[in-house]
Amino acid sequence: MSTVAGWDAIIVGAGHNGLVCAATLARAGRRVLVLEAGDAVGGCAVTREFAPGFRVSAGAQLLHQMPAELVEELRLATHGLEFAATALPTTALAAGGEPLAIGDPGALARRSAADARAWPLYDARLKRFARLLYGLLAAPAPRLGTGAWSDTFALGRLGLRLRLLGRRDMREFLRIVGMNAYDLVSDEFESDALRGALSLDAVLGTNFGPRAPGTVLTLLYRLAAESAAGPRALAQPKGGMGALTAALARAATAAGAVIRTMAPVTRISVSEDRAAGVVLGSGEEIAARSVISNADAKTTFLTLLGAEYLDTGFVRRVDHFRSRGVTAKLHLALDRLPAFGVGAPAALGGRLLIAPSADYVERAWNHSKYGEWSASPAFEITVPTVNDPALAPAGRHVLSATVQYAPYAPQRGWEAERQPFLAALLGVLEAHAPGLQSSLLATQLLTPADLEREFRVHGGHWHHGDLAFDQFYMVRPVPGAAQHATPVAGLYLCGASCHPGGGVMGIAGRNAARRVLAEVSR
Amino acid sequence: MSSARPIPPHFRKPLLETPFHERARELQQHDHFVAWAGYSTVDVFTTVEQEYFAVRNATTLYDLTPMVKYRVTGPEAERYLNRLVTRDVRKLKVGRVSYVVWCNDSGHIIDDGTVFRLGPQDFRICTAERQLDWFSDSAIGFDVAIDEVTSDIAALSVQGPTSCFVLKRFGLDGVERLRPFELGEFTVGGRPLLASRTGFTGDLGYELWMRPEHALSVWDELMTAGSTRGIRPIGSQALNMARIEAGFLLPNVDFVSAEHTVRVGRDRTPLELGLGWLVDFEKPHFNGRRALLAQHAQGVRRLLVGLDVAGNKPAHNALLYAEEAGEREVGSVTSAMWSPTCKRNIALAIIDAPHYRVGATVWADIYLNRELVWERRMAAARVVERPFFAPERRRATPPADR
Repeated sequence: MSTVAGWDAIIVGAGHNGLVCAATLARAGRRVLVLEAGDAVGGCAVTREFAPGFRVSAGAQLLHQMPAELVEELRLATHGLEFAATALPTTALAAGGEPLAIGDPGALARRSAADARAWPLYDARLKRFARLLYGLLAAPAPRLGTGAWSDTFALGRLGLRLRLLGRRDMREFLRIVGMNAYDLVSDEFESDALRGALSLDAVLGTNFGPRAPGTVLTLLYRLAAESAAGPRALAQPKGGMGALTAALARAATAAGAVIRTMAPVTRISVSEDRAAGVVLGSGEEIAARSVISNADAKTTFLTLLGAEYLDTGFVRRVDHFRSRGVTAKLHLALDRLPAFGVGAPAALGGRLLIAPSADYVERAWNHSKYGEWSASPAFEITVPTVNDPALAPAGRHVLSATVQYAPYAPQRGWEAERQPFLAALLGVLEAHAPGLQSSLLATQLLTPADLEREFRVHGGHWHHGDLAFDQFYMVRPVPGAAQHATPVAGLYLCGASCHPGGGVMGIAGRNAARRVLAEVSR
Repeated sequence: MSSARPIPPHFRKPLLETPFHERARELQQHDHFVAWAGYSTVDVFTTVEQEYFAVRNATTLYDLTPMVKYRVTGPEAERYLNRLVTRDVRKLKVGRVSYVVWCNDSGHIIDDGTVFRLGPQDFRICTAERQLDWFSDSAIGFDVAIDEVTSDIAALSVQGPTSCFVLKRFGLDGVERLRPFELGEFTVGGRPLLASRTGFTGDLGYELWMRPEHALSVWDELMTAGSTRGIRPIGSQALNMARIEAGFLLPNVDFVSAEHTVRVGRDRTPLELGLGWLVDFEKPHFNGRRALLAQHAQGVRRLLVGLDVAGNKPAHNALLYAEEAGEREVGSVTSAMWSPTCKRNIALAIIDAPHYRVGATVWADIYLNRELVWERRMAAARVVERPFFAPERRRATPPADR
């Protein structure tokens, strides 16, 4: 089946967006070929064995942003998606102190009566804002200056939704949306643990500290995506994140899409100023009416396509797309449960944060600005084996942590810095879970440079590129490619470089498929 | 990148002097220097008329050193340039020169210039304004090196009907065999010289490219070699007259670089400037191609054309109207002069559709300052073909000696 002529679409990369795109196109009757460079589908949403018998979600570790309607639409449950746990709690750890269960009024009241009073108002207000943003996040971004009715309508609807918030909420929304998370949480709350936890949520996966402008936007954005995930909220797929993408792959295949792994695309071929197909590493050429890239914008335009098919101004914008990752991933194989002292077992199976204050997170970021790793990094930790023991041999456990901040290119290089950084990470964990180091069976540290290589993401950036006002909505990734179509006819983007950006959402993949269906007749 | 002479810091010497400056200072009579691309250059040596007539009847020297020069080298130099400019650089043979324009993404002209192909992977671009930012950004994704070599090369334009004779007498053996837009390498008295049959006058002429330390001796020997052929140095004003007759465009006079325009609609595409012949839609992708294709399909809404204006009063900066009453504005003049050689009152103008077709008549609103009193004339102006002046001798190979 290698060179079957007449593919309607080739999708470069089998990440979750590529698979959603493939499933959506195949369900509409298009002949779709998905080409994945690696030996398994999933992109950054995969389950891998990192030590004999120990498996972990090697990239993203929780499913909390994929809209419930998309899971329904693709009938992922019938394609094998099960959840080991849903509605996971979040707990802010405190070394040697009492952890704080986020959202628990009693726990908060013990810290601060004022915070306990402020929390429900804050939480409800931000959730209202999140619902407003979700409308913007789920639909393709409009284009400016086209005069097209649909673009005008999309902008008008955004304005209307904003107006419908009511005077007080609209004013508050406009006041905070460009602000930094540090100021917002400092205005609202007095307890360091809450400020720290909310700050970390605002900057997870981004190259920002909580004092960076626009971090309220990233916080709202996260809440917006979560609001669409429905009652499942923070969820842990059974078998890790790879189970999600495996279900997506089955949904795509069931609809008729063909998926080939170990088929790295090295070039997108162009004929008559139109994307005409791809060339694989083996030299094999495959033709298609459309080429849809799940790869990030820089890889797609500068490596796979080539600057010679693009105009200088556009290439300059792509080159300036900020895509330097500062998030590392740490995997530990443990011979017993880590003693985080969070009490209830449900809490240990949830999300554990090490971000004792907003200043702590900000200071952690400072290092990365100068090519250093954080001496006291912030963590988002899960112990997936609490809810899904099958990920490790009986009685053993896995700890998976997203760690910030680790520079993409430390001054002395990762070869020299890997061991000291790992030692620092284990030191912080040990302080929060005494005895952890003595229970270590194996470790794996994925720096941004490792993530770049493992997941073929330029800069190892968690979200393909920073989510900031200048890389957001109708200008994401860059003007001229912000609505999935690109300057080269027949070439589309469907990954996290597109609106609405990173996080395991699948919206970009679905919207890209819709754009192709609308534009390219069979 | 090596520089023959160290350049002083700009805050110590805001305007540089070219390697020919010593002679320019001796020979000019009005202290009429103007700044050009960071250099001090002569606007008028004696009188504009005298210098203009020397271009058309004898031989002239014009110091071209401030022309910004870039060297483009590397395995992908040809592909890089082919993506940069609108003409097909693959067709440019080694030893040839090509007049080119380059556009931004929307097909609007950033600048024009000449590309010299010195070797398979070795090019030189000469242009009026500095372009390193655009050229560097355009190099993203190409294996190419771009060096600014402006101060490494002294350049002298030798133009006029007797210029070939003067160069032969100076010692450029075989220069008469150079065809238009051809390059030749010569050595005269141990000094390596590159000569190109190029120029900005529309007449027979050459441009010499040499090491800065040879500039003064070459100047002196040329003046001696041309003594029987009326050689004289000229300034920018006389050159400007010659280039209008030749129908050549001057950046910031006939168009503004798309990188500098602020107002909507002030940038120009090559199709709007009548340079469609420079745009090759058959070659691989180049900057602005998609936008230009769309404009090509739609037709241009304005066009730069030549005008033959009634009377003998130059239509400097005149607004153009559809009718004598001056009610419907249809364009404006960018360059104008009384052409002594053509004996016509000529102008370059940008005119809205449909008034730009050859043969159409528009009306120029000409203002005249007569002894401090302003007067107004409404003169009929006919759209005509460019260039206004194109003598056979500019192409003749070998050229005549007188």
